[in-house]
Amino acid sequence: MNSELLYIIIAIVLGIVSLALSFVAMLNKKLSVAVIAAGVVSLFASVLYILMSAPDVAMTEASIGSGLSTLIFFYVLNKIKRSNA
Amino acid sequence: MLKNTLMTLVLLVMAYLFYGLYDGYELRDSLSGISEHFATKGAEEVGAANLVTAVVVTYRGFDTLGEVTILFLTASIIAFFLKLKDEDFEKTIEHRDTSELLETASKILIPVIFLFGIYVFINGHLTPGGGFQGGAIIATGVALMILANPNIKLNYNVIHWVESISGVSFVIIGILGILLAGGFLDNKIIGLGKFGELFSAGAIPIIYSFVGLKVGAEISNILNKYQKSQKEL
Repeated sequence: MNSELLYIIIAIVLGIVSLALSFVAMLNKKLSVAVIAAGVVSLFASVLYILMSAPDVAMTEASIGSGLSTLIFFYVLNKIKRSNA
Repeated sequence: MLKNTLMTLVLLVMAYLFYGLYDGYELRDSLSGISEHFATKGAEEVGAANLVTAVVVTYRGFDTLGEVTILFLTASIIAFFLKLKDEDFEKTIEHRDTSELLETASKILIPVIFLFGIYVFINGHLTPGGGFQGGAIIATGVALMILANPNIKLNYNVIHWVESISGVSFVIIGILGILLAGGFLDNKIIGLGKFGELFSAGAIPIIYSFVGLKVGAEISNILNKYQKSQKEL
């Protein structure tokens, strides 16, 4: 199998999985599941950026999109839950 | 009903806009206008092996200053709305025990992550990455530190001073560009050096180090504030 076809297959699979996960993020009733799903979408997006040979964008997306913003979302979620209870 | 109609309307308008983009797209074999200039003359004019950095720091340096300012504003607005008091920084938060694995792994990983972040922003003019990426990587190291030990006391003064000094130095280097070279944030204030070496591309490594330190300090500051804003159990 030549590598170009492999690239295309990986890109399509990643695209479909991140589309499905973004629907999970929108429709799931539990907010923590939604936050995790959004983080995983960012992680797959960063792999896609590497496939499109944009490693600097991939670095930003992996660290901010899937690392820091997920953590901040959880902090905010925790704060909201405490103040509502 | 009204809500659904409006949503369909918005989707249709978006579809129309994106169709316009798709319809106007045609494959090109050659670069056009200014991108041609960047691609052919960039290495010679700026001396950076990584052309993206040449564009981000020198040709479009003013935009980078704007981005750094926006990040600073974001940190300020978050600090304003979280309404932390001085005693919030002293309190201990009761939390579930962090796992042995996380604690042990963080001790090994945190120095490596910091080192990688510093590598990314110092080598911004040679390899992919740069100030923003390096700063974000350093901030993930701080995030791991906070996760492994939620009651850790980050030295707030150090973060504050690093951030302020880097921001001011960034602008001072920019103004030096007006005085000594061709314009604001011009990198030719010191010699360009040998193409492809660590000490090359004029002021780009210095500017990117300051940007990296500033971004890292700012995001760590945001994380620290969110951590301290959690209430006690």
